[in-house]
Amino acid sequence: MSTGTTKLDVVVSDVVPVNDLVTRFHFRRRDGQLLPTFSGGAHVVVEMRDGERTRLNPYSLMGSPLDTREYTISVRRDDVGRGGSLFMHNQVRPGLEMVVSYPVNLFSLDLRAKKHLMLAGGIGITPFMAQTTQLAAEGGNFELHYTCRTASLGTYADVLRERYDRRVRLYHDDLGERIELDRLLSSQPLGTHLYVCGPAGMIGWVRDRAAALGWPSETVHFEHFAAPQPGAPFDVTLAISGKTIRVGEQQSLLEAIEAAGVDPPYLCRGGVCGQCETNVISADGKFIHNDHWLTEEEHRSGKKIMPCVSRFEGRSLVLER
Amino acid sequence: MAAKSIISRPVYGTLSPQLGRHHLFVADAEGARAISDMAAKAPAGFFTDAHIIYIAGSGSEANVVALEALGPAQFYQGPSFASALPRLKQTLTNAHMGLRVYLAGTEGLIGQAMQAALEAGIDHTSMLTEHRGSLARRMQCVHCKGITENVTTQPAACSHCGLLLLVRDHYSRRIAAFQGVCINAEDRSEIPPIEEAFP
Ligand code: FES
Repeated sequence: MSTGTTKLDVVVSDVVPVNDLVTRFHFRRRDGQLLPTFSGGAHVVVEMRDGERTRLNPYSLMGSPLDTREYTISVRRDDVGRGGSLFMHNQVRPGLEMVVSYPVNLFSLDLRAKKHLMLAGGIGITPFMAQTTQLAAEGGNFELHYTCRTASLGTYADVLRERYDRRVRLYHDDLGERIELDRLLSSQPLGTHLYVCGPAGMIGWVRDRAAALGWPSETVHFEHFAAPQPGAPFDVTLAISGKTIRVGEQQSLLEAIEAAGVDPPYLCRGGVCGQCETNVISADGKFIHNDHWLTEEEHRSGKKIMPCVSRFEGRSLVLER
Repeated sequence: MAAKSIISRPVYGTLSPQLGRHHLFVADAEGARAISDMAAKAPAGFFTDAHIIYIAGSGSEANVVALEALGPAQFYQGPSFASALPRLKQTLTNAHMGLRVYLAGTEGLIGQAMQAALEAGIDHTSMLTEHRGSLARRMQCVHCKGITENVTTQPAACSHCGLLLLVRDHYSRRIAAFQGVCINAEDRSEIPPIEEAFP
């Protein structure tokens, strides 16, 4: 059993196309009960049974935390990804029975903040849908800056503008609109917390500028769902169970371990939570660390690996579990 | 430096230059030396964005000269924390994210300045502190709620209600004081030996 990820039996209650790339999915509990409560920023891991393969992808809950009759997620189609989003888009229909994890929040609001400054890029808007709903209900002070490629790909931009008017500011790449980040960050009142969710480049940019401008790291929150990167297949031995398994090109190390019948812990499947950390017993080859959890020193030491996103190239690899 | 005993007991560090747009220092006579020591490690031009609030107490003129020599954008010198408080509050009210706070000196000074910064929305973990000088404590009497400054003995008399108090390590960040609890509530005539505990 993966830590904190007890399963929920759900049925797809609705599938709604949002724009050219994004589709929204609604889930209800099969037994008709209410779903567990969650707070803005939480995600669930959705299990996708695709023939022989089971994929597990994390998606932010975007519905209101005040209404747990259903969970809603929005999935951006990735035509060159590993197939999870395509499965959601092509195979998932209303009435389908699925399994999702309990909600986990690795991107929660710090409610001691005097103000919440939110920066979203593309599909990174989804956790903010729930967070803004939560804050609006509590009379919280927030401001959302949302960058998207074009107006038609501004997922829920219209909904947000309608709900929150000037508290939402939109930027369209095709019109050359850019967030004036330094000015924005330097004009925030003391006690503001910063939240950023979007592509890795955006998160890196915002974190760097915030640090340079004197934002203490405790006030900067970010969420990045890094999809596992494909790569050359490799073999791995698990010392505790004594199994030797092959990690396929499109498979993550974590997925291969799960497919071999071992049930390792995980929470985010995106290299940020630290839950899947594993000790390396021996290795002859090169690690491809893709996580944001281990320090650079730990990466260099070759003594630890995050199996949810990291890979290996070489002759042999033995992990503790 | 004060030892860590129970969880609410504050832990202090060493001032070090942070990235930021503005730097606010609050220090007393002992703490002024922590600022001078830090200045040795600071990049050139660091103090051009700095504001130093210096509480001289009965401190020496030498500190003032040393602090002014750092070339801070603003320098204020006041005789007591109370006299500096309006200025500190005003500075925090007008500040934006990018302001870094550095507090140095006795616990009473650090605690009270931190209290003002907390109210302004700065998390205590985001402030840099350095304890210098006396271990004297600011103590709140849990019975009459009066605050006695500069307590150096254990037990210590409450300067408001006169009860003899055991100065606990239990610290309240909200009121920036240690808790003092009556040590002889059963029999007031019982006076335990009074020792210099916080020199
Ligand atoms: S599951 Fe979170 S870091 Fe791997």
